[in-house]
Amino acid sequence: MERSLPQEQVLETVRYAVQAHGGERGELIPLLLEINRALGYIPTLAMAELSRLTRIPLSEIFSVATFYSMIATEPRGRHVIQFCESAPCHVSGGRAVWNALLDTLGIAPGETTPDGRWTLLTTSCIGVCDIAPVMMVDDDLHSRLTPGKVAEILERYE
Amino acid sequence: MIPVRSMVLVSSDPLSMSRGAQAVYERFRQEVVRRGLSSEVAVHTISEVGRHQVAPLVIVYPEAAIYGPVSPEDVPRLVDEHLVAGRTVPALQAPRQALSGSTAWLNTRKGTLPAEQRIVLQRVGIVDPGSIDDYLQHEGYRALRQALTGMTPAEVAETVYKAGLQGRGGAGFPAGLKWRFVASARGEKKYVVCNADESEPGTFKDRVIMEGDPHSVLEGILIAAYAVGAREGYIYVRGEYPLAQQRLKTAIRQARARGYLGQNILGTDFSCDLQVHSGAGAYICGEETALLESLEGRRGEPRARPPYPTTSGLWGLPTLVNNVETLANVPAILRHGWEWYRQFGTPSSPGTKVYTILGNVNRTGAIEVPLGITLREVIAIYGGGMKDGKRFKLAQTGGSSGSIVPASLQDTPMDFDSYRKAGVSLGSGALLICNEETCVIDLGRVLLHFFRRESCGKCTPCRVGTARAWRLLTRLSRGQGTLADLDELRYIAEAMERLSNCGLGVSAAVPLTGILEHYRAEVEAHARLKVCPAGVCSMTSPG
Repeated sequence: MERSLPQEQVLETVRYAVQAHGGERGELIPLLLEINRALGYIPTLAMAELSRLTRIPLSEIFSVATFYSMIATEPRGRHVIQFCESAPCHVSGGRAVWNALLDTLGIAPGETTPDGRWTLLTTSCIGVCDIAPVMMVDDDLHSRLTPGKVAEILERYE
Repeated sequence: MIPVRSMVLVSSDPLSMSRGAQAVYERFRQEVVRRGLSSEVAVHTISEVGRHQVAPLVIVYPEAAIYGPVSPEDVPRLVDEHLVAGRTVPALQAPRQALSGSTAWLNTRKGTLPAEQRIVLQRVGIVDPGSIDDYLQHEGYRALRQALTGMTPAEVAETVYKAGLQGRGGAGFPAGLKWRFVASARGEKKYVVCNADESEPGTFKDRVIMEGDPHSVLEGILIAAYAVGAREGYIYVRGEYPLAQQRLKTAIRQARARGYLGQNILGTDFSCDLQVHSGAGAYICGEETALLESLEGRRGEPRARPPYPTTSGLWGLPTLVNNVETLANVPAILRHGWEWYRQFGTPSSPGTKVYTILGNVNRTGAIEVPLGITLREVIAIYGGGMKDGKRFKLAQTGGSSGSIVPASLQDTPMDFDSYRKAGVSLGSGALLICNEETCVIDLGRVLLHFFRRESCGKCTPCRVGTARAWRLLTRLSRGQGTLADLDELRYIAEAMERLSNCGLGVSAAVPLTGILEHYRAEVEAHARLKVCPAGVCSMTSPG
C-alpha cells in the first residue's frame, strides 16, 4: 500500500533541508535524518533531488540511506512500533511480550498492517535497560512491559 | 572531595530482618551522621550472605570484619571503636564456627572497598544539566582554566598518563598514551572526537553522564583538545539519544557564550569549537573507524587498521577518539592530581567505573564504584540480591560483545587486568545478571541474532559466521542439533575471532566461545538428549 506524497512537498522538504545544512558530504546523514523526520521516509524522488543539489551520486545516497536503521526508504504505517530485542530485555521477560505483540497485530516484523495503522519493527538496545522490557511507539517509550499491557497500550493510538 | 574510607553492610536476608536488622541499619545511619562521618563512611544493606545463627551480621570494609549478632545497642560502640578509632571489636565479632561457608569469600576481600565513589557521576542528579552556573558552582571549568593557564599540553597529557586512566569504552587502552600518539602525530589539523555512540546492549552509562552533567563532557573534550593540539571536535551521539543531544547542544551554546568554547578560550591563545553529530542507528558506528566513516557522511563500515586514527583519522588527519566516560574523568584528575586518582581502584586499573546493573536482580540502575569490586558484591549490595530468591547463573559483562562470566568467577575482582587473566573481559560496564532460568542456547541465539543484524557485511567471516552460528543455535534450540554442530560452532567462533576485519566479528565470537567453554554439559544436553535443562527452548520445530 503506497500512500504517495505530493511531489511538491517532497521537493520543498529536500530544498529546505539542503538550505539549512548545506550540501557538504559530511552533512549527508543529518540531511537524510531531517528529510526522514519530515516525510516519514525517504522517497526515491527525494533522493534524486538531493543528489541533484549536492552532486553526491544517487547510488551513494541510496547506499547510505539503506545502511542506517533510523532512515527508512519505504513508507511506514501511521504508527511505528520498535520492540527492543536485545539480551537485557529478553531475559527480563521480553519474549512473552513479543509473542503477545505478534498475536495482537497479526503481522511479522518489518510489515505494516493492511489498514496502514501499524508498522512493526525490532530494534537493538535503546539504553533504558533498567526498566526492561521496553518498546517505542513513535516517540513514546513504554517500559516494564508485560503481555497483559500490550493491547491496552496499542489502544491509545488511533 | 573526601573519599569514602569505610563501608558498613548490614545483612538483610529474611532471618536477619526478623531479628531487627532494619533497626541496626537505621541506627548505623544515625550514628554516622551524628559524628559527621557521612561522606567518609557508606552504610548499606547486603543480601545473600547466607543464613546464620548469629544474624543479623554487620560487615565492615576495608577490614572485611564480620560482627554478629548485632543489636541496635551495639552500634554506638562499633562506630566509636571501629569507625572512629580504627580498632576492630573482637568481643562483638561473630565466632567463626557460627558462620556458614557462605561468608568464606570475605576472606579474600580484606583491604578492598566496594563503596560507591562518585567521580564521573559526582554532579549527576545534583546540578541542573541545563545550567552552566550550576556547573560553575560545582568546580566546573576549573580544570580547564588550570590546564590552559598553568600547564603545557605535554604536562596535561603526562598527568592523564600518570593517573593510569584507561579507555572506558571497553578496550581499556591507556588514555594518556593515546593522547601522546595524537600529540606527536604530524598533520596540518587535528581532531578530537567523543565517542557517544553507546550502542552496546545493556550499557547506558554514557547517557546518564551526558544527560545529567553535559558540561563535564565538554570540559573533558576541551582539555583533551588542548593536550593533543586539536582545534575542532565532534561529539558523535547515537540517534536513539535525543535528550542527550539536546542537552549537549544547550551546554555548547552556553559555554560558547561564556568564553569556555570558541576563539581564544579564557583569553588564551587556545581556540576550539565543538559540534554534536547524530548517529542514525547502527551498532557498528561505536567502532572508532566506522564512526569516522559515518562522520564523513558514509556507510559506517570500519576501515582497515593500521593506519590508526591517531595518525590518520577524520578526513585523513590525526584524530583522538575517546569514550564519554573516559573524557568525563579528566577534569577531576586535573583538579585533584594523578596521585589522588590512583588511590581508587587497583594498581593496574586505577579509578572508578560506572556500571549498569540489569536483569534478574531486585534493583537495577547505574552505580560508580572503584575498579576491583566483585560480581557477588554488586549483586548482594547494589542489586539488592537475586529476584525471587533464584540462583545466580551467569553474568554478561559489557553488552552483547561482552564475556559470559559464570557464577564460578563471581569473586574475581572486576578490573581490566584480573578479568583478562581469568579469560573474560570487562567491556563497557553493562552487567546483565541472569538467574538459573536462563538457557545459554537461548541467550546465545539472541546475541547472535543481534550480531547477524548489526554486521555491516563488509567482510565474510563476520557476515557469514554470525548468520551460520545463529542458524546452528536455532537448530539446537529445536532439538535438531548434533554434536558435530558444536564443533562447527567452535570453528566459526575461531574463524570470526581471527579473520574478521574489525571488533564486531571478534566480539560475536566471545559469547559463543564462553557458552561452549563454561556450559558444555548444558549445550550437549540440547544436542544429544534433545533436552533443554532450563526448560526454555521449545525443542520442537515450529509447524
